[in-house]
Amino acid sequence: MQDMVYIKNVVTLQLDQSNCNGCSMCIKVCPRNVFRLIDYKAHIVSRDHCIECGACALNCQSRAITVISGKGCGCATGIIEGYFNGGKSECSCSRC
Amino acid sequence: MFIGTVKTRVGEIKKVSTRLNKEDILGAIKVRWRIGRTHYKVDPGLYAVGNPDDTSDVFVTANYRLSFDHLRKNLDGINAWILVLDTKGINVWCAAGKGTFGTAELVNRIRATRLKEIIKHRRIIVPQLGASGVSAYQVKALTSPKNAFKTIYSGNASVYFQSESSSLGIDRGFTVVFGPVRAADIKAFITNGYKSTEAMRKVTFNFYDRLKLVPVDFVYSFTKLLVALAVVFILSGINTHGFNINQALHKGLVSAYYILSAYITGIILTPALLPYIPVRMFAFKGMITGLVLSSVFTAFSSLGSTALETVAWFMLISAISSFMAMNFTGSSTITSLSGVKKEMKIFVPIQIVLASGGLILMVLSNLVVLK
Repeated sequence: MQDMVYIKNVVTLQLDQSNCNGCSMCIKVCPRNVFRLIDYKAHIVSRDHCIECGACALNCQSRAITVISGKGCGCATGIIEGYFNGGKSECSCSRC
Repeated sequence: MFIGTVKTRVGEIKKVSTRLNKEDILGAIKVRWRIGRTHYKVDPGLYAVGNPDDTSDVFVTANYRLSFDHLRKNLDGINAWILVLDTKGINVWCAAGKGTFGTAELVNRIRATRLKEIIKHRRIIVPQLGASGVSAYQVKALTSPKNAFKTIYSGNASVYFQSESSSLGIDRGFTVVFGPVRAADIKAFITNGYKSTEAMRKVTFNFYDRLKLVPVDFVYSFTKLLVALAVVFILSGINTHGFNINQALHKGLVSAYYILSAYITGIILTPALLPYIPVRMFAFKGMITGLVLSSVFTAFSSLGSTALETVAWFMLISAISSFMAMNFTGSSTITSLSGVKKEMKIFVPIQIVLASGGLILMVLSNLVVLK
């Protein structure tokens, strides 16, 4: 079966190719196969598969990747609990 | 679980079995139903499987007992070390998101277990889903003595590490190799030269993946269900004379049936049918299944005794199903935080309007009917 895709055109993932050193770490850590290495540079090939987990940005030594809301995956329960607890972290709920 | 010890130059390390016994399996069932979950931990530290020596591989995992059991089961026939991080009893993926399965904890645990003295090589295998907490290049820098007096910023936390006087002479930092997503692929990963194939790197979300999380969701939101039942029970009893307990009992029972059905639709049916409901937002998917359920009720029996009541139940059932389905975003492996925020912005107001409107109509229908 095909991979399920969530809402389109929402993710905050950004790749600055001029900083990319082609180490391919982003490809190795991405659980959704978002990147591909073409001519020694990383390319975002399936942006809408991104779940903003933040693994690529954290492991990009040349800091070519940024993803704003990345900590684990999106979770409504976490957002709701965070709202009521006044917590800043979006992933702080008791469920996971 | 423990079957003796393995001798190393820093002392004896506990050896664990690669076979899960009855207690391990029973424990796994209990934890999926959230029975005594908070105690389902392993002590952080180093463990042995098989008869590892100073050349054996090191696999890193969380101190959630299911993660640990899953790893050791898949290391059957391999001589290796297991390095367990303190993630407060939470699995690798969630703990990496929260930051407890992270660079700082890994570096600290390497130091605390004196891993440098136990193994000669400097390679550790971290599950790929830990990569949102573990930065490979930072681990390398922080564990290599030349960079020991450095403050490195990992996420929000600034972590300071003191110099280590290496007793082994010239040393280098640890190289983190990200292993496969699923522990079941470890042997294939090793045969493949410590490289994951594309399939090994991908997170799946098939029918079974979706349904095995249902019990946790079900138990997690059980209190919400009880509150909802109590509210409709009380509202069912309201009539022009005030509150009537017989009416509450009679109508409340029917109401409980509807609410339970909406709840199950949102929490079990929607996740099961997830890819087949042709909209993207989870709350929208839940609303659709809720409307379908209401229609089925209307077609095959009667949803409420008056038209007003039918409308009220249409609103309530779709609101409940939508809300429960929305909360499944966290159990899924396909949602992004930006996406969840977007759907909540749209659907939380709709859910509030439907739920409060439904409740008002329900009370109103009781008052109108008995006039």
